[in-house]
Amino acid sequence: MKTKSNLERVLNAGYFAVTAEVGPPQSADPEVIRKKAKLLSGYVDGFNVTDGQTAVVRMASWAACLIGKEFGLDPIVQMTCRDRNRIALQMDILGIAALGINNVLCLTGDHPKFGNHPHAKGVYDIDSVQLIKIVKDMRDEKKFQNGEPIPYEPRLFIGAAENPFADPFEFRVLRLKKKIEAGADFIQTQIIYNVPKFKEWMKRVCDLGLHEKVKIIAGVSPLKSVGAAKYMKTKIPGMDVPDEIITRLQGVPKDQVPKEGIRICVDIINELKEVKGVAGVHIMAIEWEETVPEIVEAANLYPRPKF
Amino acid sequence: MLISKQKPLEEIMEYIEGEKKVFLVGCKGCAEGWESGGEREILEMKKKLEEKGKIVTGHVVVDMLCDKALSAIKLKNFKKKIDEADSLIVFTDGAGVQVVAELVKKMVHPGCNTISSGGAHAEWKGAERCMECGNCVLEYTGGLCPIARCSKHILNGPCGGSQYGKCEVDETIPCVWHLIYERLKEIGRLDKMEMFVAPKDWSLSLIAGPPVKRF
Ligand code: SF4
Repeated sequence: MKTKSNLERVLNAGYFAVTAEVGPPQSADPEVIRKKAKLLSGYVDGFNVTDGQTAVVRMASWAACLIGKEFGLDPIVQMTCRDRNRIALQMDILGIAALGINNVLCLTGDHPKFGNHPHAKGVYDIDSVQLIKIVKDMRDEKKFQNGEPIPYEPRLFIGAAENPFADPFEFRVLRLKKKIEAGADFIQTQIIYNVPKFKEWMKRVCDLGLHEKVKIIAGVSPLKSVGAAKYMKTKIPGMDVPDEIITRLQGVPKDQVPKEGIRICVDIINELKEVKGVAGVHIMAIEWEETVPEIVEAANLYPRPKF
Repeated sequence: MLISKQKPLEEIMEYIEGEKKVFLVGCKGCAEGWESGGEREILEMKKKLEEKGKIVTGHVVVDMLCDKALSAIKLKNFKKKIDEADSLIVFTDGAGVQVVAELVKKMVHPGCNTISSGGAHAEWKGAERCMECGNCVLEYTGGLCPIARCSKHILNGPCGGSQYGKCEVDETIPCVWHLIYERLKEIGRLDKMEMFVAPKDWSLSLIAGPPVKRF
């Protein structure tokens, strides 16, 4: 064990892990996070809080993570390179470790252009791969990025994201390899709707033996409406929503669509469980977190292991 | 070549609020090329300002405003008209505005915004660009620049939003990392892209470092 992370323990013990994503509020209201955390309690091995997702100003990931921690959950702080340079990022790494957080997910971050402050200056001093390496060196080499020693190192379980549906497809596995070599312990993937294409990617991952070097947690998300599915298909960069999914949603009466969306999500999880190299699922029920317990139970992933 | 574009008239009017008389300066170099401060634009601006009730005491369009010695002689010829004015408005890039500000002891308003050339220093149209970052990375990228052409200046790209060869931030521009991949694949050097590229020394670039000392 590299850290005190619950997620690391669950994965190392060979359980099929479950994590979920929590969207922080666009306000200072802690109750929003408390409500969502209460819902998830007992159903997940760890929970992510997004860090200014789509470049919209929201409560900081680490702060919302601390609130969720009150409910016995293991937080995964998301950290993007969009808003902070290497100085600020390393300060935050020390800070979250000192506050008892055990997991960090390293991301490059959505461009300011997509958000509610499109005139902001994006920082991008470093990229996600470099951030992974910095956290790894801080933890294992006890060194800052400039090479200076750290007397008391941050012990964090290091996560990264990868998108099997982005281009160039053939390079995606090699980029995963790069992230592993940089120091990633676990990977959370982009939301999967196109399971055959994901399987093709996983096959390449396994061919290179990468599934033995990193824990791959597959991203899933329940669709609430046909409109949401179409929006994801056309508007979100790097998403792949096959027409079959949309047809399946269109095939049920309108008031049944959310239920069908949840069923599709459970079906995908069940398929993913059988894919070689998949170590767990990450449920991204964005602003629909209340469905997570239902999904976890329906996919026979409840109760979660306790240590 | 610097690219400039006239500021909106309302913004210029705000600058000269409370002033009655102005003197206009243009340039026959880049500003004429970009139609932001050549002879024609200066005359048009004169008309617009007069319609708004301002008095234009005079105007001059200098051959190369960034040539300080030449501009000093030119402006001297207009000394009387400049003295009469409350302020000057300069219609060209930031370099030209600063030349006039050094030569005249009077308020000098910028009439244009200087637009980023995106590193396109050559006057010929083309995709080749250089941001003068001081720490060249073209060795790792098959000779295509991710500093000038990736929206996130990523050194270990492409990011997760690259799809169909387009940049996630603007689908009208190609994802340079996709192009880098294709180029390296073509020349059999994908190993360059599989390599970890360490954090960059940004201190040598104008983006992060102190102003470059050239003189
Ligand atoms: S899509 Fe390509 S060019 Fe655009 S930000 Fe991502 S890596 Fe950079």
